[in-house]
Amino acid sequence: MTMIAQTGANTGLQDGKTPDPAKRAASWRAIRRAAITIGLALATYELIARTGSFPRALLPTIPMIVRTLFAMLLDGSMLMHSMYTLYRVLFGFFLAMVVGIPLGILMARFRRVEQFFLPLVSALMPIPSFALVPLFMLWFGIGNLTTIIIVFYAATFPMIFNTWSGVRSVNPLWLRAAGAMGADEHKLFWKVIIPGASPFIITGMRQSFLRAWIAVVGAEMIAASNWGLGWVIFDAKEFLNADIMLASLAVIGFIGFAFERLVFGSLERGTVMRWGMMRSAKS
Amino acid sequence: MPLIEVDDVSLAYDTPAGRVQGVLGATFNMEESEFLCLVGPSGCGKSTLLNIIAGFLTPTGGEIRIGGKKVSGHGMDRGVVFQDFAQLFPWRTALGNVAFGLEMKGMGKEEREEIALQQLKLVKLEKFANSYPHHLSGGMQQRVAIARALAYNPAVLLMDEPFAALDAMTRDDMQRLLADVWKTTGKTIIYVTHNVAEAVYLADRVIVMTPHPGTVKAEIPIMLPRPRDPLSLEFLEHQKQLLNYLGQGTSKAA
Amino acid sequence: MQDAAVATPSTSARAGMRIGENIRVIGRNLFPFLVVAVIWEIIARLEVFSRRLFPTLEEIFSSLYRLTVAGILPMHAFETVLRLLSGFAIAAVIGVTIGVLMARSRRAEDIFLPLVSILAPIPGLAYAPLFLLWFGLGNFPAVLLVGFVSMFPIIFNSWTGVKAVKEIWVRSAQAMGADDKRLFRYVILPGALPYILTGMRLGLAQAWRVLVAVEMLAAVPWGLGWLIFGAREMLNTDVMMAGILLIGVIGLLLEKLVFEKIERYTVVRWGMITA
Repeated sequence: MTMIAQTGANTGLQDGKTPDPAKRAASWRAIRRAAITIGLALATYELIARTGSFPRALLPTIPMIVRTLFAMLLDGSMLMHSMYTLYRVLFGFFLAMVVGIPLGILMARFRRVEQFFLPLVSALMPIPSFALVPLFMLWFGIGNLTTIIIVFYAATFPMIFNTWSGVRSVNPLWLRAAGAMGADEHKLFWKVIIPGASPFIITGMRQSFLRAWIAVVGAEMIAASNWGLGWVIFDAKEFLNADIMLASLAVIGFIGFAFERLVFGSLERGTVMRWGMMRSAKS
Repeated sequence: MPLIEVDDVSLAYDTPAGRVQGVLGATFNMEESEFLCLVGPSGCGKSTLLNIIAGFLTPTGGEIRIGGKKVSGHGMDRGVVFQDFAQLFPWRTALGNVAFGLEMKGMGKEEREEIALQQLKLVKLEKFANSYPHHLSGGMQQRVAIARALAYNPAVLLMDEPFAALDAMTRDDMQRLLADVWKTTGKTIIYVTHNVAEAVYLADRVIVMTPHPGTVKAEIPIMLPRPRDPLSLEFLEHQKQLLNYLGQGTSKAA
Repeated sequence: MQDAAVATPSTSARAGMRIGENIRVIGRNLFPFLVVAVIWEIIARLEVFSRRLFPTLEEIFSSLYRLTVAGILPMHAFETVLRLLSGFAIAAVIGVTIGVLMARSRRAEDIFLPLVSILAPIPGLAYAPLFLLWFGLGNFPAVLLVGFVSMFPIIFNSWTGVKAVKEIWVRSAQAMGADDKRLFRYVILPGALPYILTGMRLGLAQAWRVLVAVEMLAAVPWGLGWLIFGAREMLNTDVMMAGILLIGVIGLLLEKLVFEKIERYTVVRWGMITA
């Protein structure tokens, strides 16, 4: 029996290290097919653009878009726009974590705090962050402050909610076991509750960033001036520069994708996936 | 003086259907290095009693003394192993789990990992020290849990049906392993089970409990030599005797 | 008979207790709002900020009342909800169709998955200027964008849902003589429903967020987003606050009345998720 259990564990370990050949072949096939589909889609677009039945300014050809993208990357303007946007989104996201995680924990640990904040949070949640942009523009003017506050507003709620439910759903058995092994309140919190709630907290960070990314692009469209990816797109509309728009869209998509996959993906792989806690994170 | 004294312990709680006596007037003593099994059908209060001894529940009557000192709340003189595999911390390796109690004591990293590794050797899992719980089978996880509960050297090991969720073959292996661990360490163990054969295989003494209300019905010493043979006549006789107390014996046997 | 006579006072006493309990719950939920309202009022009355930018509660609620009675606010809300529903209806029909197709046919999966994977991660609002450029201002691009954006979560979840239908359900239905059509209708669709509903819920939430924004950008003649945006020009903060309140209420109603109900009547009743 022990033998069987050990082999079982071995395959379990191998899964993480070397993907088996069948799986790799399948993923290669997926990549090839994806390339074909995307190639076809691009070709169709190019064909429509080249027929000239629509104005070039509205439907630029792919080489035009690529040229614009490269020009903007080379003269540094795209970099500046991205830096402005990243600064705003990361600042707001950081604030949301600083406020959301402790508040979520306090709500889960103390009934009084929960009773006070839960109704407020539930009432504010359904108000889209964008509805507050005009109000915050009045209060804080146009520029960084307003966009950062909007990002903060959008990103805080998922952070609070996920932390709150994460701490509440820490397996009571772990608390008992740790208590029996002599963990005091302080150690219980740092060594059991925080890691136990981490799948939810990471999910919260993921959702928060997604919200923040959406919010920053939207907020920049009307509440920023001169810099920012959202601002570029909206500004390009005035001048009928569809190539700049599409080039910026590509950059927006790329940065969002990079954060999702690289930052949060590796965070997850390093923690909850390694611990086999992914399932509880999804529920 | 006995190591553990369970003195007229009762626990009652209120349900919508009225007041229920989970445990009523349980009384028995335990010597050091004794292996005691609490046996009974579900609802007889055996797990409740174990949780009272562990300090997770406070009795509504009576008291428990360990080494003459009254128990209040949980403490490091008792190690606990639960039935649920999920008791291990998924974010820690097997070694990290076993070392947890020592870490709580404030022991240095090197020292505690050395002790934890010894404990893992005791349950024959030293090769899996760096595996996370989800890479281990159910039986292996329970062995880690046993090592974890022993690592900080508590006076008593409390086990709440630790092998009940395992398949029959693994269960046999685990019982043999636990008997070995007990022989090597000389721990005082209280073991809750509803499986009569398991109790006869492991225990020096069996306490039989019956439900509604949960009371101690009998104390039966098992004097069989170890290692025990579950197919021997004496073994089966003891089993029959226990089943009779539980009201499950056949009329022929009675 | 006697039993009934005994039972009556005790049940009515219990009902009385329940009413008392309810009042306590309501009070507890209202308390935080009261605190916030008092703080707001103090800041407004002290005129820390200009009264125009930070109106008193009285001003906000009198605007709310005035605009509601005059029919202006309901008209804006009506237009917004109409746009929301038409955009969402498009998204639901197309999204579920594509999602199910992707799950049932390998070819459809090969075609759609790469496109959807590339288009979905871009924030919906980033498409807004492009849509405005291509389709002009007004209703058409607004509805189209709402539909486009809310389509993605519906596609993803329908796709995952159909793929997650348990093989044993399919096999046992086939063993009981279900043909392809019935298999789909009676097994696959209900089996995937928890996911599809989740997708719709996410889709509607996204549609709602995007719509409020796009109404500001697309210069539509009516709509709550436009009302708020327009009020900024006039420094009518009280009107803005009234609009924001209404937006919050509609968002809450959508969640509570539409989706929680649907879920309760289907998947929760089947025990597929716990309420």
